[in-house]
Amino acid sequence: MAYSDKVLDHYNNPRNVGSLDKKSNSVGTGVVGAPECGDVMKLQIEVEGDRIVDAKFKTFGCGSAIASSSLATEWIKGKTVDEALQIKNTQIVEELSLPPVKIHCSVLAEDAIKSAIADYKAKSAGKQED
Amino acid sequence: MQLPIYLDYQATTPVDPRVLDEMLPYFTEKFGNAASRSHSFGWSGEEAVEKARKQIAALIGASPKEIVITSGSTEGINLAMKGTAEMYGSKGKHIITSLVEHKAVLDTAKHLEKEGFEVTYLSPDKKGRISVDQVRDAIRDDTILVALIWGNNEIGTLNPIREIGALCHEKNVLFFTDGTQAAGKIPVDAIADNVDMLCLSGHKLYGPKGVGALYVRRRNPRVRLVAQMDGGGHERGMRSGTLNVPGIVGLGAACEIAMNELEKDAQHTSALRKRFEDKVTGALDHVHINGDVEHRLPNCTNISFNYVEGESLIMGVKDLAVSSGSACTSASLEPSHVLRACGVGDELAHSSIRFGFGRHTTEEEVDFAADQMITAVKRLRELSPLYEMVQEGIDISSIDWSGGH
Ligand SMILES: Cc1ncc(COP(=O)(O)O)c(C=O)c1O
Repeated sequence: MAYSDKVLDHYNNPRNVGSLDKKSNSVGTGVVGAPECGDVMKLQIEVEGDRIVDAKFKTFGCGSAIASSSLATEWIKGKTVDEALQIKNTQIVEELSLPPVKIHCSVLAEDAIKSAIADYKAKSAGKQED
Repeated sequence: MQLPIYLDYQATTPVDPRVLDEMLPYFTEKFGNAASRSHSFGWSGEEAVEKARKQIAALIGASPKEIVITSGSTEGINLAMKGTAEMYGSKGKHIITSLVEHKAVLDTAKHLEKEGFEVTYLSPDKKGRISVDQVRDAIRDDTILVALIWGNNEIGTLNPIREIGALCHEKNVLFFTDGTQAAGKIPVDAIADNVDMLCLSGHKLYGPKGVGALYVRRRNPRVRLVAQMDGGGHERGMRSGTLNVPGIVGLGAACEIAMNELEKDAQHTSALRKRFEDKVTGALDHVHINGDVEHRLPNCTNISFNYVEGESLIMGVKDLAVSSGSACTSASLEPSHVLRACGVGDELAHSSIRFGFGRHTTEEEVDFAADQMITAVKRLRELSPLYEMVQEGIDISSIDWSGGH
């Protein structure tokens, strides 16, 4: 399979690889996918106020899955939480020129963003109730 | 050392230069149609084909009259299975095969099911092997054919062909084996191994693509097949079509070399494989060799690198030509049906790669390949959330992944 230059670039130089402290209240963690399906993405955000100040990922999956999650962290860093929620998988498809068989990678990346934000929101809601 | 390094010898092999030399005159000056009886062009073509037939027969312990030239194993499989079904369908409608066969066998079986045959698909053990007892238990009064792979093309596991063949003879059931990966790699003796039909293919044993042979036993029992290609009645009516003389000459030459160098090739490739496996398993944790390390082809290994995905791994070793145990590189995202049938979980199946070693592979290439693999696996594990969880002591199988796609 031929990969686009952008996929290759993210695969060879993934941005924001790593982990944030998942116990911290300012960190939201999303883990999506399943090992049996060949992709698992973990995406984490650190939020200050309503702005995402840091993002990290780790991905088990094909090159397109790695590229989609790497790109997602790049895009959400610096955005507000609401802005990050606006990111659509189709934008990822377009940016990385993903072929039809790889569209699920972009869907997973969008899910990972949403899941990390949901985790963060759940944590901060819990904090306010305390 | 030239890059990329070819380690995909189960997919195909290069034509041995000695084979090519034999073939070349048959494209140009000796171009006659082997069926032309009225002039020397035809005679020299026929002579060349008959010489090749002897060479092919010798490799598998058959007589030249038992060799039907084909376009390769896919055709051999179709002819053997459909030809048997059509010829003996009035005796019975039951066929036995297994879940680890090549697609050509599985799809032919599916085709026969549509025509009213009933097919039993035996499930292998964890190492990919079918036992004689399984076959014995599956044989019924109406069974006409057992079709089983000899050496598996994905994991290299060898089936106990001689024992299964003996059972089939005892039960009066015809036995076909897909010998595509076995012929020229391990000793094959159609008579002693109790095989009734066996297919082989030129391009898997350093011969040309698009030519192969089907062995069809003529005595004890005499196997009769209904031709699947109608026409001029070539190959004793079993396979019509003008013979591909240069290809057949190449197949013959390749079989002769494979026979003479079988031991040498096997020693060479199995030593390289051991070198590769030792290096990789020595440097990495959580790696698993698939298949049956006791009963396997000498020239390949299939390794699962847990917690990294196969396609991304192949992407990371672009100087190596290898193939993923998972079919992710083709359009389908399904993991390999062979690994699945062996009970390898889909997760590990997605992390599996097949490495094939050949006549011309060198130690230097193997060392380079092992180093590349080790580096790529380590890098991808840095990126792998699963590897991180395992390092943290989390049991991945205990996680509910139902949110997945
Ligand atoms: C075990 C096995 N059977 C059948 C085939 C099909 O052979 P051919 O390419 O000659 O049609 C192959 C090769 O892909 C194979 O490995």
